[in-house]
Amino acid sequence: MNLNLIEKSGYEIARDIKDKKINPEEVYSFFKERIDKYNPRLNAFIEAYPDFSLSSSQNSSLFGLPIAIKDNICIQGKEITCASKILSSCRAVYDATVIRKLKEAGLSLIGTTNMDEFAFGSSTENSCYGPSKNPWDTDRVPGGSSGGSAAAVAARLVPFALGSDTAGSIRQPASLCGVVGFKPTYGRVSRFGLVAFGSSLDQIGPITGNIKDCASLLDIICGPDKFDSTTAQAGEQNFTEALGQDISSLKIGLPKEYFGEGLDPQIKERIEAAINFFKKEKVEFVQVSLPHTQYALPAYYVIACSEASSNLQRFDGIRYGQRAQGNKLGPVYEKSRRLGFGRETKRRILLGTYSLSSGYYDLYYTRALKVRRLIKNDFDRVFKEVDAILTPSSPTPAFKIGEKIKDPLKMYLSDVYTISSNLAGIPAASIPCGFTKDNLPVGMQLMAKDFDEEIIIKIADFFQSHTDFHQKIPQLK
Amino acid sequence: MIEKEIIKRIGELARIEISPEESSNLQLFKIIEYVDKLKEVDIEGVEPMRGPQQQSLKTPPRQDKAIQDSTRKDILNNAPSLSDGFFKIPKVIE
Repeated sequence: MNLNLIEKSGYEIARDIKDKKINPEEVYSFFKERIDKYNPRLNAFIEAYPDFSLSSSQNSSLFGLPIAIKDNICIQGKEITCASKILSSCRAVYDATVIRKLKEAGLSLIGTTNMDEFAFGSSTENSCYGPSKNPWDTDRVPGGSSGGSAAAVAARLVPFALGSDTAGSIRQPASLCGVVGFKPTYGRVSRFGLVAFGSSLDQIGPITGNIKDCASLLDIICGPDKFDSTTAQAGEQNFTEALGQDISSLKIGLPKEYFGEGLDPQIKERIEAAINFFKKEKVEFVQVSLPHTQYALPAYYVIACSEASSNLQRFDGIRYGQRAQGNKLGPVYEKSRRLGFGRETKRRILLGTYSLSSGYYDLYYTRALKVRRLIKNDFDRVFKEVDAILTPSSPTPAFKIGEKIKDPLKMYLSDVYTISSNLAGIPAASIPCGFTKDNLPVGMQLMAKDFDEEIIIKIADFFQSHTDFHQKIPQLK
Repeated sequence: MIEKEIIKRIGELARIEISPEESSNLQLFKIIEYVDKLKEVDIEGVEPMRGPQQQSLKTPPRQDKAIQDSTRKDILNNAPSLSDGFFKIPKVIE
């Protein structure tokens, strides 16, 4: 069998399946062989399933394609680790809603991908399975926390994957790996079966090689869910209808706060080149201001850690995972959590516990929630004026493994451009828009108002119809 | 020294044993100092935003109907210690 599926997009492979040029099992074997060959170098997968299985014959637009799943989303009967020792050998007892929908649409699950423990991080270095590597330069991180998913898609070990995004965990790794990463509006996709980190911030979304595949996946996974009361009732939509549209006469905002200090000059150059491309297509650009941007990162760390400290109480070694030895309950909890959690997880639980503790609650938590409101108000005001906002996705290209891991604040700054949209709940995506001199991918971020994913898809699709950055594939030695 | 005491105390609240060595590696107060930046913001009269849901998003109540599922055995299989179909834990009351 002489196949070259890596240069094909998901929808092209799906078309070949439909035309009976290839069958789903052959596609699965092709990608499984690539995983077996390259994963030892990339460490993108935690587990790759040896056997092909398809649970529906429904003819969806992506029927028969394999997909990888970030290891914090439940797949019934399969191990779910969140890349944490505390969950070792725990098996999910039910399917997350997104998994059920993927199965019903006739996709096959090929394995689970590496991540920062409980999605705490921006480099996938905080994994009990060791760091994933960036396929463009294996001395560098793929970003995080959905770094395994982004690395796997970039290296075409799989056509696409799901990730989760609480502060940029889909978009920042997508940017660092040169793939598309989409965080839908809060409420667009059910989080039932996603291991909770920051419940008012988390969203599941696709990581794909191109925006068309992304739109098709969004069509499949979105919609209201009786098991997640935060899903929007008017949620279901046909995102693929936004493809192939005209974008002239659109007005895009450039927030001045996203182009200042800390932005790598090479990233700035690539973003400006993308802006110039759009200008030639009669898209209007205006400078806008989101004045509370500088407070997004501190507000986020208070809110996200507070929610995480509460959500992670359930990992106590009693009902699942690892339990430390002992004959008294209290010390068993304390030891199980000491041995089971990595450093960043402990840091965030403690930070959250501190900001929720008596005497500090109003000082930190309530104050951060008020600042969050001001950040949201900034966006509401700007979206009265523009259709979308364009920014860099990440201030730097992929950094070296080990470069930031000892300095949490430096690491947190990796999410400085992606974090505000989680606080506001708005949709945002990272789209490949070029490479640095060292051949590292650069991503641009598009943000839109609540439930206006279409505009992002429209702009991204137009860009990808006229550029080939998303078609470049790293050379794996 | 005081910082280590505070971290130990938060560790107790969070039910995580923290060794003195780990305590300094966590750099917790460096982050707390950073988030103190929030004190610069004028928040007078601002409503806290607990989540991004719009007010118009209402959750319709589910029907009060029991649903059978067969996950009990699978749930118990994940437990580190079991006894007669129950989770087994160390003694709570002396």
